[in-house]
Amino acid sequence: MQLIPCPWCGPREETEFHYGGQAHIGYPQDPSALSDEEWARFLFFRANPEGPFAERWSHSAGCRRWFNAVRDTRTHDLLAVYRIDEPRPVIS
Amino acid sequence: MSRAPGADLPEDPDFLWDNPDPKPAYDVVIVGGGGHGLATAYYLAKVQGITNVAVLEKGWLGGGNMARNTTIIRSNYLWDESSGIYEHSLKLWEGLEDELDYPILFSQRGVLNLAHGLQDVRDSVRRVNANRLNGIDAEWVDPGQVKELCPIVNTSPDVRYPVLGGTYQPRAGIAKHDYVAWGFARAATVLGVDLIQNCEVTGFEIVRGRIAGVETSRGRIAAGRVALCAAGHSSVVGALAGLELPLASHPLQALVSELLEPVHPTVVMSNAVHVYVSQAHKGELVMGAGVDSYQGYGRRGSFHIIEDQMAAALELFPIFARAHLLRTWAGIVDVTPDASPIVGLTPVQGLYLNCGWGTGGFKATPGLGDCFAHTIAKDKPHPHVEPFTLERFVTGALVDEHGAAAVAH
Ligand SMILES: Cc1cc2nc3c(=O)[nH]c(=O)nc-3n(C[C@H](O)[C@H](O)[C@H](O)COP(=O)(O)OP(=O)(O)OC[C@H]3O[C@@H](n4cnc5c(N)ncnc54)[C@H](O)[C@@H]3O)c2cc1C
Ligand SMILES: [Zn+2]
Repeated sequence: MQLIPCPWCGPREETEFHYGGQAHIGYPQDPSALSDEEWARFLFFRANPEGPFAERWSHSAGCRRWFNAVRDTRTHDLLAVYRIDEPRPVIS
Repeated sequence: MSRAPGADLPEDPDFLWDNPDPKPAYDVVIVGGGGHGLATAYYLAKVQGITNVAVLEKGWLGGGNMARNTTIIRSNYLWDESSGIYEHSLKLWEGLEDELDYPILFSQRGVLNLAHGLQDVRDSVRRVNANRLNGIDAEWVDPGQVKELCPIVNTSPDVRYPVLGGTYQPRAGIAKHDYVAWGFARAATVLGVDLIQNCEVTGFEIVRGRIAGVETSRGRIAAGRVALCAAGHSSVVGALAGLELPLASHPLQALVSELLEPVHPTVVMSNAVHVYVSQAHKGELVMGAGVDSYQGYGRRGSFHIIEDQMAAALELFPIFARAHLLRTWAGIVDVTPDASPIVGLTPVQGLYLNCGWGTGGFKATPGLGDCFAHTIAKDKPHPHVEPFTLERFVTGALVDEHGAAAVAH
């Protein structure tokens, strides 16, 4: 079982967390101005890289707060953990 | 019950396929040597008459999800679009051993999808009715009939999620996945198709919007048409051709027990408690559950998924309590937002897409192969794959099989 470092509680077991998919997806500023194409992109198209991926997690069985993480999808290594309102850290 | 484990397995064949070096050019290049790639190559050669075909596989033939799945074959999906392709496939399965002249151990032992709650029951009965309207064999069975079909299922009302009944598709079943891959590979080789292993596609050559060839770890290969059959890695391969796809790749695990005497005569699946079980020809219990929640390409999954799945298996099948677990493994499956595949043409001329079968594409192997070969040869979607375009995510014509199809496979 994988340990995930909650920014507030520290490392806890994976089963305490809920996965939230890709991070940094903003709700459209002006929804009625979107074309069908743009709606489709917002609703259905997400990055699916083999390598570092910025995603959201919620510590649902702990502090119940959301946070972001950059995880390498090949190894499952968590490369960075940061707050929802922070920008994606640069990972060399 | 006196049958020795493995007694009905055939002898190893003396010839499976040649291992040619790639030629400089092909009429059709297929990316990915899993079941879908191999079946597509076979039907291209056999039915469409296109034999100057190469299947390029980065690893070994049939070593991806084709070798990792739990081999369940059924066609009792809810929607007409899904019924079309999966039932077409099931009909081909029924003649496949003769067609390929190769033993694939297709066993129509039936599949039971259990219902454990009132909404489950309503959804299941609805699906039975929908299946029947589509000419697909389906029955609603009560707990007593479940017990007759599979005596080891615990139908006691005193459990956390009692069995309230289930749907039953008698023509559904299992086949031996490796043999299916080898059967298609062998038959394709005989028809002149080149199966090239250890050949990774690393780029696409696109000239004025039309495919011209592929870059590979074994050099450039010119191609009139290119077909993608890369399953879990479709996003990665698609990106090389500039395609963005609505896919999420997830680890999906399976596991087997030690060999047991024949105890489990059918396939039992349960969406609500999330486990499914069949007994392989040799005697192992083959079990699976759902995907891991997170996206990933590491071919291992989380231990707690196995724990939950085992807990569910034990409540449903108390006699498994002392069975030893022998092996676990994971594959990477590409899941779409509506749990239906994406098959068809792309914005690049001569480039064809087949992906997003997620957790359930093994059963589609012959049907997809036939329809995808047709799509490639005619440059026009076969009617059975026409609903599964990439455009449906823009038009909204989704084929939402998520909740409807009973368990993820
Ligand atoms: C644990 C598990 C259980 C499952 N159970 C069932 C089930 O019971 N019933 C069912 O119907 N389905 C099931 N599935 C799903 C099913 O296995 C897949 O949907 C199906 O196998 C996908 O098609 P394929 O056979 O072509 O894929 P694969 O066998 O994965 O073939 C894709 C191939 O593409 C190759 N490839 C990738 N990238 C490249 C590249 N750049 N260059 C060259 N080659 C490349 C890969 O190496 C791979 O061999 C299960 C899957 C898993 C993982
Ligand atoms: Zn926390």
